[in-house]
Amino acid sequence: MTKLICIVCPKGCHLEVDDNLNVTGNSCKRGEVYGKNEVTNPTRTITSTVILKNSCYTRLPVKTSLPVPKSMIFDVMAEINKIEVSAPVSCGDILLKNVLSTGSDIVACKSIK
Amino acid sequence: MEKNYEALYDIVVIGGGSAGLAAAISSYDSGIKNVLLLEKEAYLGGILNQCVHNGFGLHTFKEELTGPEYAERFIDELKKRDIEVRLEATVLEITKDKEIEYSDTLGYHKIKAKAIICACGCSERTRGQIRTPGDRCSGVMTAGLAQRYLNVEGYLVGKKVFILGSGDIGLIMARRMTLEGAKVLGVAELMPYSNGLNRNIVQCLNDFNIPLYLSHTVKRIIGKNRLEKIVICEVDDKLNFVPRTDKEFEVDTLLLSVGLIPYNPLLEKIGVAMHPKTRGPLVDSDYQTSIPGIFACGNGLHVHDLVDFVTNESKKVGECAAKYVLENGFDASKVLTVTPLNGIGYILPGKVYLKDEGTIKFNFRVNKPFKDVSIIAKLNGEEIKRTKKPYLLPAEMVEYILDMKLLKEGELTLEVSND
Repeated sequence: MTKLICIVCPKGCHLEVDDNLNVTGNSCKRGEVYGKNEVTNPTRTITSTVILKNSCYTRLPVKTSLPVPKSMIFDVMAEINKIEVSAPVSCGDILLKNVLSTGSDIVACKSIK
Repeated sequence: MEKNYEALYDIVVIGGGSAGLAAAISSYDSGIKNVLLLEKEAYLGGILNQCVHNGFGLHTFKEELTGPEYAERFIDELKKRDIEVRLEATVLEITKDKEIEYSDTLGYHKIKAKAIICACGCSERTRGQIRTPGDRCSGVMTAGLAQRYLNVEGYLVGKKVFILGSGDIGLIMARRMTLEGAKVLGVAELMPYSNGLNRNIVQCLNDFNIPLYLSHTVKRIIGKNRLEKIVICEVDDKLNFVPRTDKEFEVDTLLLSVGLIPYNPLLEKIGVAMHPKTRGPLVDSDYQTSIPGIFACGNGLHVHDLVDFVTNESKKVGECAAKYVLENGFDASKVLTVTPLNGIGYILPGKVYLKDEGTIKFNFRVNKPFKDVSIIAKLNGEEIKRTKKPYLLPAEMVEYILDMKLLKEGELTLEVSND
């Protein structure tokens, strides 16, 4: 039995996951998925910024399009920190595809003209 | 009488962050076609621009967005409408007659509005306001300022960091600075419980093995030019230092995440009645302040946990302001006052203008954590509603809805009961 606090939304439900991966204490379907993943393969969405050229702004906010394995957070950060983007850029643009073969892309979170 | 202002607007919204954007859009959609939005920065979106973490929009869009993405959705909506926007426009003064003086890159302006919506946000509590003793060295700053330096300007403010206060911005910055290569040695919280959301304790501290010291505070700040060392110590239930519990940390940066205070110098200057607990203006059920036609919303009214709540509230405020302009005021014939009792810190609104139908939504915060309790609503001393709650936390604002049909003139009280 593992006790967790759900991080899917700000509500923060108190979850219990038993040895057969049955989740209780969740108040939505997403909490159940989180509970199962957290004890088998915990993942996190990473958000950060990258260097932005050709704009009055110097940083562009970015995120991983999908959560990546928790154990790879710092490796993914190292890849994010290599990215340089030149304006114009649109929110949702893919800046780096399939980062470290995680299946997740690094995407822009803001449109800059 | 000669008019001494440049232009007359139906509604002027002060502040182009999450609250101002939602209020301007909903004013327009409620039939007001003469709306002006004033924003002091060179861009819209306010503080969302520096909140690059995700978790925004779960209520509003049913998906998890980062701050800049959430802002962009509203900026795009605003631009679809014929709403006038002035950027780099700092409001200097407003008057009871709803004249507004502001300055922008073109100079000084004086305009007039039929209604004003103040959406000016909040400011962070500083070292001076919590009276932390010690040296006046550099390296001590609020968490939100460090967030702006890092996420907007691209500067990491330190390499070895300690955080005082477990507010959400502090927790978010603990993770953010760790990701960028800084070492965060710990977070100290004066109270015996965290002031941040549970999910942030998990994903910002536990994920990175950052210790949280509950019932601890910073006792001394040591550093000649730059911060060199801090001393934290335990506090007892009366918040006094406990002897021989000192712990030293060698750090170059101390971030403060010790509370947010609604920022309202414009309203205070003209004598708007303020709420002693929220530090924002007192408002009625139409979100009108003590001066008719001046409204408030967002973190300038009271500090919210989630931007989604700010959006919802501000949308409502835009509708109320539009109604005020279109109908020349409100029906204020039947009044109900609202008072927080046992366990409840504050309730908003504090005054309700009763209507024959519909519902009224209250927001309140408890003043300490509770488990397995009931919230009891009493009208003129008689119980009208009892709601069970498995837990209540000061960090989590409660939405509480009552049917207008249950209410009549007099006094409504809300309290927490242990059953």
